[in-house]
Amino acid sequence: MTSLAVLLRQVFSSDGHRDRVVPPTGYTSILTTATSGIMAFLTVFALALSFAADRLGERWSDALSDSATIRISASAQEQDAQVERVMEILTTTQGVKSARVLSDEEQRMILAPWFGTDLPIERLNIPRVIDVTLNGEDFSAKGLALRLRAEAPAAMLDDHGRWRMPLVKAANRLKVLGWVSMILIVVALVSMITLAARAALSANAQVIRVLRLIGAQDSYIATAFVRRFSVRAFVGAVVGTVFASLVLFLLPSAEDPAGILTGLRIQGVEWLWILVLPLFSMCIGFFATRRAALIVLGELT
Amino acid sequence: MIELDQAAYSYGGGELLSDMTLSIAKGSFYFLTGPSGAGKTTLLKMCYADLVPTAGNVRLFGQNLRNMTRDDIATVRRRIGVVHQDCQFLDHLSVLENIALPLVVSGQDKLADRANLKELLAWVGLSKRANALPPELSGGERQRAALARAIILSPDVILADEPTGNVDWDMSQRLLQLLIELNKMGKTILIASHDLGLIRTAKSQVQARVLRIYNRRIQLAGANL
Repeated sequence: MTSLAVLLRQVFSSDGHRDRVVPPTGYTSILTTATSGIMAFLTVFALALSFAADRLGERWSDALSDSATIRISASAQEQDAQVERVMEILTTTQGVKSARVLSDEEQRMILAPWFGTDLPIERLNIPRVIDVTLNGEDFSAKGLALRLRAEAPAAMLDDHGRWRMPLVKAANRLKVLGWVSMILIVVALVSMITLAARAALSANAQVIRVLRLIGAQDSYIATAFVRRFSVRAFVGAVVGTVFASLVLFLLPSAEDPAGILTGLRIQGVEWLWILVLPLFSMCIGFFATRRAALIVLGELT
Repeated sequence: MIELDQAAYSYGGGELLSDMTLSIAKGSFYFLTGPSGAGKTTLLKMCYADLVPTAGNVRLFGQNLRNMTRDDIATVRRRIGVVHQDCQFLDHLSVLENIALPLVVSGQDKLADRANLKELLAWVGLSKRANALPPELSGGERQRAALARAIILSPDVILADEPTGNVDWDMSQRLLQLLIELNKMGKTILIASHDLGLIRTAKSQVQARVLRIYNRRIQLAGANL
């Protein structure tokens, strides 16, 4: 925390002379600021993507994770006995909170999108469905499936994992993609600032020579450049972050039916990450420029 | 203060200076003469740690140049004021800012120094040109500004490389008087010049010794300059 305070003081404390020893660079300073802004803009979206993917993964992971379905496909004569047997098994199965057989009306509603609401379900030998509510982590889908196979062969357990897990995996990959994007953006920002700082130092070789001749230490010369680039990175990042945040704010939220990505908008404490971005960019500007400056000053004789 | 012990400097395969042995004591006044290309500027550069001898040693205030870090060199340069032939200003800063630059980089930019700065400007006759940019100055004004910058930190040694090279006779006399005044204040002066008239004037006012670079070596010139 102390070193951050020292860094902030070095960057923001007014030192008019030190700022003026390096001549103004004109439009190249705007380019540095603009690049930092664009990088911050992209970082906000990468962060938002990562957070949204995380939420999506959690939602998909939670969805139906506390429920299972048992389908009983047997002849009309055997079906009721099988249902009864399955219900008995469920009452003695660990991790099962409750279980109930779906009524004819509920099954008709489920099938309505395909067969309409007039389906004479009571005259058809439609499989019976048992909705099972689970109680926690003690439940073993594999154990129940084995028991059902042995004691009620017409019953088929579906714990929803078959389609839920690939979605959760996909969401986790999206989250990783978001973080990888951010790392790449940071690498690009470091590279850009390093190149710009090196160019600025090389262009000011004569200024550096004069400063050295009058007794300036390399740390003094480096700081003159570091301050300049850190402030540019900070200002650009503030503008880019504010603009990206506004765009995110205008996106549909998770509750909005139009939110096709279930809400890319950042929520709650996630905004803290966004607030930290400009400071992070400033730190990148500080350390990238300082390193480049000390290397170039070491090369200049 | 400045000692050369069999110092030599080679450049591009040829030896420019060889076997230079010299000891410059505190408060002394030296002229360094020799034909163009003899190595006067090279010798001065070794004296302010801008060049390291290719053989032998140079000691500045007791420190061997070979063992000095970049920060050591910066510290030593604050004790040596240099008036360069081409003055070496930062053209985007005003004359006042250029002169104050050594104070700024050494962290001595205090209000008291600011008052001294105005006195110094008046002493070198540049009070009215304080806010001008270096390219707007005449040759003489540039040399006086360079001298003011060289002495702002009150250094122990002042090195001047052809300080009167680009100025008329009146201005060269004025610059010389400034350097003589500094010597009377106890400062060590070493001036590279081939202006014999200037050297004779100085010798008439101060106990100045003349060093001559001849055939790559340094020798003390006689009285019959």
